[in-house]
Amino acid sequence: MTAPHCDAPDFDALETGEVVAQAVYSLSRDSLVRYAGASGDFNAIHYRDDVAQSVGLPGVLAHGMLTMGLAVQPVVDWAGDPGRVVDYRVRFTKPVFVDPSDGAEVSVEAKIGALDVDARTARVDLTVRYGETTVLGRAQAQVRLD
Amino acid sequence: MTVNPELQGRVFEPTAPYLVGREKVREFARAVFAVNPINVDVQAARDAGYADIVAPPTFAIVVQEKTLAQLLAEPGSGIELSHVLHGEQRFSYTRPIVAGDELTATLTVTSVKALGGNAMVTAESQMTDAAGDHVVTATSVLVVRGDA
Repeated sequence: MTAPHCDAPDFDALETGEVVAQAVYSLSRDSLVRYAGASGDFNAIHYRDDVAQSVGLPGVLAHGMLTMGLAVQPVVDWAGDPGRVVDYRVRFTKPVFVDPSDGAEVSVEAKIGALDVDARTARVDLTVRYGETTVLGRAQAQVRLD
Repeated sequence: MTVNPELQGRVFEPTAPYLVGREKVREFARAVFAVNPINVDVQAARDAGYADIVAPPTFAIVVQEKTLAQLLAEPGSGIELSHVLHGEQRFSYTRPIVAGDELTATLTVTSVKALGGNAMVTAESQMTDAAGDHVVTATSVLVVRGDA
């Protein structure tokens, strides 16, 4: 049996550098259309190759905000509650191109970057890769644990 | 066209209240691959102490977008969507967004900096609930390419 989702990790047992979550996401063109509709971001470079190519890109790329949005999900699952993520920041450093037939795989590794004992908050540092390329810089989530 | 440096410090009019719909939260949660029950299941959210389902951490972008539209529509700003790249994004929460919230967002342009032929614009949107209490601040750094 898995623990109830509201169970939080034990703050006092955490160690800096510890990997707390990992995940791989398969993006397809469908994922981009779904995110466009859900978010209201209908920039055509996220679903039309001709428009993407007209601005010098090889083809359609994922919304940076989709990559940011999915990259924090392993942290949410580890924390047990989306409300425990009190701060989340990223830099968008490289695009994720999504092939029309093969899609794209994005991997996420979440590691404890720092622990604030007084605030009982863990800074979780994310490494987000598309193939061998790191696509987000300084991706950090602050997670408050009771 | 270059970004108007006088935008720095500019505070825009608060947006009309945005009602956070339960199905919108579910739709957004699915789009960002969220699988936590508190994002989609009302009972799970209530069991965890929330009034309704909790939006994923990046949901605030949906409301922030209303303020970025104000910035892009500003006459003489020198910011055109086709020249804008999203450089950085941050969300700082006082409390999570839950379905049923009515959020009002107020945009401040906190910084305009020249960077080579480009400009970096920092747009900070403070969101408050119907009681006027702070919920989240969403901050975007936009890189606006020059026409050089």
